[in-house]
Amino acid sequence: MISFECVSKFHEGVAAITDLNLHIQAGELLVLLGPSGSGKSTVLKMVNRMVNHDGGEILFKGKNINGFDVQDLRRRMGYAIQSTGLFPHRTVAQNIATVPRLLGWEPRRVQARVDEMLTLLAMDPKAFSHRLPHQLSGGQQQRVGVARAMAADPDVLLMDEPFSALDPVTRAALQLSLKEIHRATGKTILFVTHDIDEALLLATRIALLKQGRLVQVGKPLELLQQPANDFAVDFFGRSDGGLKQLSLRPLAPHIKALEGAPALHTISHTATLKETISLMATHRVSVLSVVDDHKAVLGQVQAADLLEN
Amino acid sequence: MPQPRTRPLKAPRLWAHPLGWSVLALLVLAYGLPHTQPLFAALFPALPRPVYVQEPMAELLWQHMGLVLLSSTAAVTLATAAGLATTSKTGQAFKPLMETLANMGQTIPPVAVLALAVPVVGFGEWPAMIALTIFGVLPVLQATLAGLASVPPSVLDSARAMGMSPRQLLMEVHIPLALPVWLAGVRVSVIVNIGTSAIASTVGAKTLGLPILTGLSGFNTAYVIQGAMMVGLLAIAADLAFEVLARLLDGTRMPPAH
Repeated sequence: MISFECVSKFHEGVAAITDLNLHIQAGELLVLLGPSGSGKSTVLKMVNRMVNHDGGEILFKGKNINGFDVQDLRRRMGYAIQSTGLFPHRTVAQNIATVPRLLGWEPRRVQARVDEMLTLLAMDPKAFSHRLPHQLSGGQQQRVGVARAMAADPDVLLMDEPFSALDPVTRAALQLSLKEIHRATGKTILFVTHDIDEALLLATRIALLKQGRLVQVGKPLELLQQPANDFAVDFFGRSDGGLKQLSLRPLAPHIKALEGAPALHTISHTATLKETISLMATHRVSVLSVVDDHKAVLGQVQAADLLEN
Repeated sequence: MPQPRTRPLKAPRLWAHPLGWSVLALLVLAYGLPHTQPLFAALFPALPRPVYVQEPMAELLWQHMGLVLLSSTAAVTLATAAGLATTSKTGQAFKPLMETLANMGQTIPPVAVLALAVPVVGFGEWPAMIALTIFGVLPVLQATLAGLASVPPSVLDSARAMGMSPRQLLMEVHIPLALPVWLAGVRVSVIVNIGTSAIASTVGAKTLGLPILTGLSGFNTAYVIQGAMMVGLLAIAADLAFEVLARLLDGTRMPPAH
């Protein structure tokens, strides 16, 4: 869907991005991860030409992005940023309708799409359509920002730390929403963050950047298990890298048949190993009952079994 | 239950608003002045002619308003166009120069501009027009630039990233968001202009400054008071009109949260 071929970018003679080669497949949720100044936002903004690259080629659907009309290119890519950038003088509905309107959709189609988007982001169209952005909470504003980015059904979603300014509870809810939307729509998403846990939760692949160079790219578990160099090891946490791996492993394969009476404390069968161990530590037990969505006991899990493959 | 968030817009009831009263007072004074002879005679017993009748006050009012309207329109048009031009790529470079020029325009006293304009264009309405226009530019230009600067960069950034053309950016983002600050600048410019127009009588423009000047040179305090009351009432009425306008504008874009 998007290919970077030997791309470089200079800011006043200083290299901001050096020889970037990265290929993003359709349907991927690729997270650009790195510390501040690693160039991850620059990489994102080069895709819709908000920042122009100086060397190499960026291809969108096999065609050089400089070959597109710049406005046409941008309207085909959704864009969501940390500070939302919502129009303060326009209602939620008008904000979401921005790109469809620019594309000249019929009013009725725009209206239907706005309602669809709000519903997708778990907001009641009747209650929110006519509000102005300043009448929404931070989390609701960001939901509208995501809805606006997706409104014209773009080929690609570009998201620049969209959840970084939110409180942990709201952030977690929006992360789950995005994960669900990605699963349901199969959109190609390019997502910038400096938050490792967010990257591990959302990404189908992670591209780790340092000072404008690609350090490593791969599936979340690959980066944790086979870090390419010391920087990657440090970045993912030298001491708790193992715990981060646990957050990517599901509990399901470790469920054993019940032995005797069910344990007092229960855990959902969809939990990760990290959540399981955390709960054991909280209650100071080594056995938990595993329950399904309807709270029926499926079996049990023992601390000693968790670390076996 | 979700509450309706937008308050229906009510037309302001003029009689209940000070604007209605100030306009009424202005008209009564303009047309009723000749009938106030007994009042001013009682207040100023030493003056042989205590009421200004050399020119009909109503006519001076209309001429004063005409001069303000023309010069303010010119000033607002110039300043707004110049301010908006700074949003374009080529116009950006002229922003510092524009600010300097506008500041210079404001530092020169209007009387000096009037005096300088007379040798160039002669006595009458024209030097007044020129001086008032130059003097009215700065507040509007400053407000236009401040209004444009108040547009959050993130809003511009995402508008551009969604594929808005420069023209759409100007019409749909820059202008509506800069409008309230801009209107405040226009308000200041027009109110100052109403006061300065009175001084324009010194170069031969017929305005409400005429009774004041005649009164000052002929030691007729009553004329000064009559002229000053007219200018004051006009300024108050104009200011209140802008307040109503600002509130209407506010009502359409920022309904209260509750």
